[in-house]
Amino acid sequence: MSLEIKSVEIKPKRETFGHVARRIGEGKLASRYEEATYDLQPTANFHYKPLANPEFELYDVKKTGVVMEDWYKFMDPRQYHYASYVTARAKQQEVAEQNFVFVEKRNMLDFMPEEIKDEILEYVLPLRHYEWGANMNNLQLVSEGYGAALCNAFMFHAEDRLGNAQYITRIGLLLSENEAHVLDTGKDKWLNDSSWQGLRKAMEDTFVLKDWFELHIAQNIVFDAFIHPLYFNLYEQELNKRGGSSQSMMTEFITVWNEECGRWLDMTVKVAIDESDENKELITKWCEKYIDIAYDAVLPLAQKILSNPVECVDEVKGQLIARLNKSGLSL
Amino acid sequence: MSKVFLALQAIEESRAIIEAIIKDNPDVEVENQTAMTKVSAEGKLVINAPTVSDLIGREWDPQELQLVLITLAGNVDEDYDHFTIYWDN
Repeated sequence: MSLEIKSVEIKPKRETFGHVARRIGEGKLASRYEEATYDLQPTANFHYKPLANPEFELYDVKKTGVVMEDWYKFMDPRQYHYASYVTARAKQQEVAEQNFVFVEKRNMLDFMPEEIKDEILEYVLPLRHYEWGANMNNLQLVSEGYGAALCNAFMFHAEDRLGNAQYITRIGLLLSENEAHVLDTGKDKWLNDSSWQGLRKAMEDTFVLKDWFELHIAQNIVFDAFIHPLYFNLYEQELNKRGGSSQSMMTEFITVWNEECGRWLDMTVKVAIDESDENKELITKWCEKYIDIAYDAVLPLAQKILSNPVECVDEVKGQLIARLNKSGLSL
Repeated sequence: MSKVFLALQAIEESRAIIEAIIKDNPDVEVENQTAMTKVSAEGKLVINAPTVSDLIGREWDPQELQLVLITLAGNVDEDYDHFTIYWDN
């Protein structure tokens, strides 16, 4: 006797939510990213204006000078929604953890010259305050920004910055064999050492920016494009020659992260300036302003850690301008 | 010539792969069955890793195909940038 197993195929009536289907087309399968992003932002029926800022609605497109017909043009090329973001970072965290284990197990820091350790403690460790500032700025972007496509990405970016700050702290503690006072000394450098004051002022000035897209340009596009390549690329190349190569192993996450975010950041600039000439003009003005500020803020720091500071800062500036021009600006 | 085919689980991870196959193989037939999607083509079928990578927004390794693959028919040619099935006769 043969047994026949019958299968019944049940076709779903709809492939995705109505609001997603209206964007991608009826009958098409939506990705998780699209479902977790499109039109999540509340757009209407705000009952009360926030006491903190009563000239605007709770979520208001007028909070920035950048004008977009559709804020969901800023779809993240990395397609990060909660699950994909967490998976990607968990993998990177594992790699970073392995690197720390490697450095500790082989006692690699015993072979790092003392003067390099001191230099890192004085001129790299205070960056944890910079990263924390960047975390606050990105949280501000989440709160003021418009459209889930951007705000989700800002939220992930804010969390990443906290992660960066923690990695930098961990490096400091490893170098000092868990003497927590190096953190206080580092904070004192950030607050009082003259070479850090330019960057600190630049940073603290961004805390009070009203226009959130300007804040995004200042923090994520311009400042980071100076700080990160300088500290985690050019400086580390010099360290490698001087016997401090373990530093590069421990900052691996920050460099990989920086490369990855570049794709998303460049897209935000490109989409905004492709929209209109007014946007382009505004963003050009902001970029020029903050490139000058960042240049002056970073130079005194570069002079402390690099043998050819001016060339290096010029180089990172050149790279940033090339990137921005590739996105469509003409700087 | 007979057809080559891939049967993939009908889950989120297969979605981009199927989309990439449709993009790069114009004459492919896609058949949605219960819990699986069968993709077949005359003679040859290619998955290009860069096409999938573009769709999912990160690097895609052809070995990841194994995670969603139920079965296939054809000779396999696999490298870091593509996964091809064809009849070698």
